[in-house]
Amino acid sequence: MSGRRIEQGGRVERSRAIRFTFDGKGYSGFAGDTLASALLANGVQVFGRSFKYHRPRGVFAAGSEEPNALVTVMRDEARCTPNLRATQVELYDGLVARSQNRWPSLDFDVQAVNDLMSPLLPAAFYYKTFMWPRAAWHKVYEPIIRRAAGLGEPPTLPDPDRYSQRFAHCDVLVVGAGPAGIAAALTASASGARVMLCDEQPEFGGSLLDEPTASIDGATAADWIRNSIATLRSRANVTLLTRTTAFGYFPHNLIGLNERITEHLAAPPTDRPRERLWQVRAARVVIAAGSIERPLVFPGNDRPGVMLASAARTYLHRYGVAVGQNIVLVTGSDAAYSAALDLHAAGVRVALIADVRADAAGAPLDIARQAGIDVVTGATVLGTRGRLGVREVTIGVLGRGAVNDTRRVKCDALLVSGGYTPSVHLFSQSRGKLEFNEARQAFLPSISAEPESSAGSCRGIDGYAQVLNDGARVGAESALATGHSVATQEYRVQVHEFSMHGLPGVLPQANHLQPSRAFVDFQNDVTTKDLALAMREGFESVEHIKRYTTTGMATDQGKTSNMNALAFVASELGRTIPKVGLTTFRMPYTPVTFGIFAGYDRGDLFDPVRTTPMHDWAVQQGAVFEDVGQWKRARYFPRPGEDMHAAVDRECQAVRAGVGLFDASTLGKIEVVGPDAATFLSRLYVNGFATLAVGRSRYGILLRDDGFIYDDGVIARIAEDRFHVTTTTGGAARVFGMMEDYLQTEWPDLQCWLTSTTEQWAVIAVQGPRARDVLAPLVSDVDLAAAAMPHLGVTQGRICGVPMRLFRMSFTGELGYEVNVPADYGLAVWEAIHASGQSHGITPYGTETMHVLRAEKGYIIVGQETDGTVTPDDAGLGWAIAKSKPDFVGKRSLARETMHAPDRKQLVGLLTADPRVVLEEGAQIIATPGQHAPMKMIGHVTSAYHSAVLGRSIALALVRGGRARIGETLYVPMPGGEIAVQVTATVFYDVEGARLHG
Amino acid sequence: MADAALRRTVGLPTAAWLESPVPASRFILRGAAAARAAAGQGFGLPLPETACRAATDGNRAALWLGPDEQLLLAPDGEVDSIEAALARALQGHAHSLVDVSHRQVGIGIHGPHAEWLLEAQCPLPLNLRAFPVGMCTRTVFGKAEVVLWRPAEQVFRLEVWRSFATYVVELLREIERESAA
Amino acid sequence: MLLIQCPYCGPRPELEFAYAGQAHVARPADPSATTPDQWTEFLYLRNNTRGIHAERWRHVRGCARFFNALRDTTTDHFLATYRAGEPMPVLPMGQKP
Repeated sequence: MSGRRIEQGGRVERSRAIRFTFDGKGYSGFAGDTLASALLANGVQVFGRSFKYHRPRGVFAAGSEEPNALVTVMRDEARCTPNLRATQVELYDGLVARSQNRWPSLDFDVQAVNDLMSPLLPAAFYYKTFMWPRAAWHKVYEPIIRRAAGLGEPPTLPDPDRYSQRFAHCDVLVVGAGPAGIAAALTASASGARVMLCDEQPEFGGSLLDEPTASIDGATAADWIRNSIATLRSRANVTLLTRTTAFGYFPHNLIGLNERITEHLAAPPTDRPRERLWQVRAARVVIAAGSIERPLVFPGNDRPGVMLASAARTYLHRYGVAVGQNIVLVTGSDAAYSAALDLHAAGVRVALIADVRADAAGAPLDIARQAGIDVVTGATVLGTRGRLGVREVTIGVLGRGAVNDTRRVKCDALLVSGGYTPSVHLFSQSRGKLEFNEARQAFLPSISAEPESSAGSCRGIDGYAQVLNDGARVGAESALATGHSVATQEYRVQVHEFSMHGLPGVLPQANHLQPSRAFVDFQNDVTTKDLALAMREGFESVEHIKRYTTTGMATDQGKTSNMNALAFVASELGRTIPKVGLTTFRMPYTPVTFGIFAGYDRGDLFDPVRTTPMHDWAVQQGAVFEDVGQWKRARYFPRPGEDMHAAVDRECQAVRAGVGLFDASTLGKIEVVGPDAATFLSRLYVNGFATLAVGRSRYGILLRDDGFIYDDGVIARIAEDRFHVTTTTGGAARVFGMMEDYLQTEWPDLQCWLTSTTEQWAVIAVQGPRARDVLAPLVSDVDLAAAAMPHLGVTQGRICGVPMRLFRMSFTGELGYEVNVPADYGLAVWEAIHASGQSHGITPYGTETMHVLRAEKGYIIVGQETDGTVTPDDAGLGWAIAKSKPDFVGKRSLARETMHAPDRKQLVGLLTADPRVVLEEGAQIIATPGQHAPMKMIGHVTSAYHSAVLGRSIALALVRGGRARIGETLYVPMPGGEIAVQVTATVFYDVEGARLHG
Repeated sequence: MADAALRRTVGLPTAAWLESPVPASRFILRGAAAARAAAGQGFGLPLPETACRAATDGNRAALWLGPDEQLLLAPDGEVDSIEAALARALQGHAHSLVDVSHRQVGIGIHGPHAEWLLEAQCPLPLNLRAFPVGMCTRTVFGKAEVVLWRPAEQVFRLEVWRSFATYVVELLREIERESAA
Repeated sequence: MLLIQCPYCGPRPELEFAYAGQAHVARPADPSATTPDQWTEFLYLRNNTRGIHAERWRHVRGCARFFNALRDTTTDHFLATYRAGEPMPVLPMGQKP
């Protein structure tokens, strides 16, 4: 046990004790604690096992940069979140947390044997070892590796929580509410600009929360934060978001924010979303992301109890926790002295400050020595000891190129600091250019790619006064850029602080030629040895080394490791850091739940469910539905005891023998109006429309300019300058878009306009020999007689007293009508037709029956018989082309030689030798039996059904040179053997088409 | 049977902030500037020529949807009279006038939270500066295309194709649950 | 999500737009008079620009207009948007697609 709660201090509520468990053991903390601070206060040092070597690991940081202390937090079986940073998990009453990647227990983990075997587990171990046999990868290696090297396990139950999404727009978005961010938000919002300020922590203030003795403009830091936030809150133009991480910077100043709403509550209200995705479009972005302290790289630097100096200071000042009782500080920067001095002042023994800089001198060292602390300079760390936590550190002093004066120092916490790395993640994600700053030994934002500015320590500004003033200045400038002017502000600050400058890289060791096993990337267990091996094997590009060793590729995105890895690679290669270059910063900044990306898109709201005006009737009739795009369409109407086959057979027979009723409302409809409407349609469709008489309709085929079928439908001339065009259900939107494209960009001179009327009309198809008898009593102002209303006739009149467009058309081969009525009347008219048809045995039918009926007639369905490579002639529709037209879309391509090759795939019918066998749609066709793979495939089945009226199976297929093969026997190889089929014409029923004209 | 007896509205749930859809007469008018000017005469109010703006007069409104596309709104039952009036006014002007009364439904959202409700799933800024009273535009709400119009400071009207109406209303209600929580 | 300046409606989110391929590819006035090579070029051959690309967009969930844009494919920055039928604007720095 090493950490403990000190008597007073910190921002936790000591009056509110919180009970929680970790790995089944009960603990107590305070409101305001994180899981990490509470466990440290309870003396817990081991938080988890490492990713690859299963080494015990403690908590290393105090914020989102934590690489080690990943835990699983469980509310119940479904609410179980793995890989959370204990440093960000806020304590609530009853919290249940588990460590990860250990078995059977944290203190004794059998796979820690990996650590002893580490010489056998070098970088790229997996690539090198598990090469053979190939088949073993999925069955043996992968499962074992996944179990052994891993993170926490996700829940297997569906996520019961709700997730929210919002768009937001503002003049200035400030990311990070430390001193720079708060100052920026204060000035920017004073100008009247709309400002959003977000911070990943539960409290605003950032590093200022760690400064109890600082004063700003005469107020304590805590009061300044409180007053500033109160001021911001009082302004109507400000939005404040805590627990909100800016995880990604997207083009054109769109920032993704992840707000955690209920994660910190013991009993989240069920209506509250758990998290929210904000997509913020900001005119200007201020990045005030601060900086992250850098570890030092030395042997044994991953032992529990080794911790960033700044983290120790955060635990002390924010949580009232001393991370040890006898500490050693190893530092390459002045700033870290504050941690040792503050702990010393809090009564913790500081055994030694080992400054790795030979020339270290000045205020921090003087103050430390005055306090009676032993300080050595030019020091290095040669190793640490302690099974489950650091108990001793070996310090050496460098002199004349050698390490001497080695000494062992007892300690229960080892604080480290290599200086600070500015957080340039978001800036880099915005594609801004970074530049290496020699003095700071850091990459700093240079040229912006988006309208943004960095402020404060994330751009290398050092010192609270300078950071606050920088924030105020950037806030004012950003507001001004959005047309809001305001004066900037100068802050007066009193604080004990030292320079944050430091040095990246690896501490020198006794034998430089043999790189030590010092950890660079804690989360992915990458050591200096791994990096050295990669370079020995020839990797020199930092992007390659990153991928080969996986350094910086863990969920922490290398926040603590990247600069050290880079510095080590640079020194090994004998290059400067900027010459080696930086790897890409990836989003998300910290891991984001999938839930926020799904947002509202789940369950019934996953996608709009589009239904027709007659949908509820079909539901009541027990229809089985199928999804056609977003539409629900009735597939068949089973009666009690019927399966699909029986229902479809009955529905087919009813249409052929009597009359059927079909909801065709989903068909796309476009009203094409204007003096040039006929010209336009003639240029677009393969058919001619100039000669189409008013009151007549025509089957139209639409190609793309490549000559292949794009859509089809019926085009009716309602008036001289008005056409009612139908499209396929799925093609409605794209055909409309294609028409607009030609009208707007190719033929803008045509006086012709389009309006989508898909949803204006409910479409009721009445099909079968009795169709006329059913409709006759219901219609007025219409003569249904064949002479007045022949096949493909169109008229307007009334049905049941409401306006109607009546089409005589048939997709079944029977006498048929399509009744179009304004959609709100659809259900009432449908019910009236259904009632009127009772005496004729009218039968509602669905899409499956429609498919069978049209296949019996050889009518194609675009997208089923066609696949974007089928010409009208291939589909047997060459007759539809108006040959005399000088041009139509696709005509030039149809003139290409290959479009007439005799061996093109052509649509034919297929009859199986055994009439009971229904082929499988998509099955391949071969010419001769008994072939071995690879077979010579000459076509495929596009449609196959059982035909009730024919009492046998039928199929349509695209076959090479198919029409010349009519009468031939071909074969369909299937797992159960080859099926012999005879090639036929495409029309199976009523070849003469007499029934159509009844 | 008379029209009125058969007239049905889309069955949608309602709430204090949600106005259930009322049947209306709707047209899409498309044509050149001269035709639009003539149509304004026939419709009784000058059609807006400024992008994304609506013109209203009494219970009639014309919404600019595109440079040659206007949505005309009027009370239910005026389809025939408007058609006749516009036919007279537009004589000699090439144009397209199409009745879309049943194609879409109007959903009214009102109250201090209206802007907040819509901004959850509409990617446009809806504050009064960016989306002032009188503005209208086609846009998206969640996965549905909508026409969004702000007739008053705390009132929005969505014109939605009928088969998307249930989705839009249910999505609004889902968002609204958050404000209650 | 890009922010795209519609020449009719002003700056609008990418969610409202559909991409529509390379701009200024005119359909031949008389396709039947084209050689196979010319027709192939019209149908299939497009630039694969690193840099400024002239391309079409449609404000499909807005004013529904097709329009043209000059976009730098390396930065996603739009240098200009202009209505269909208008000539390609001259850029201030003289850059060309």
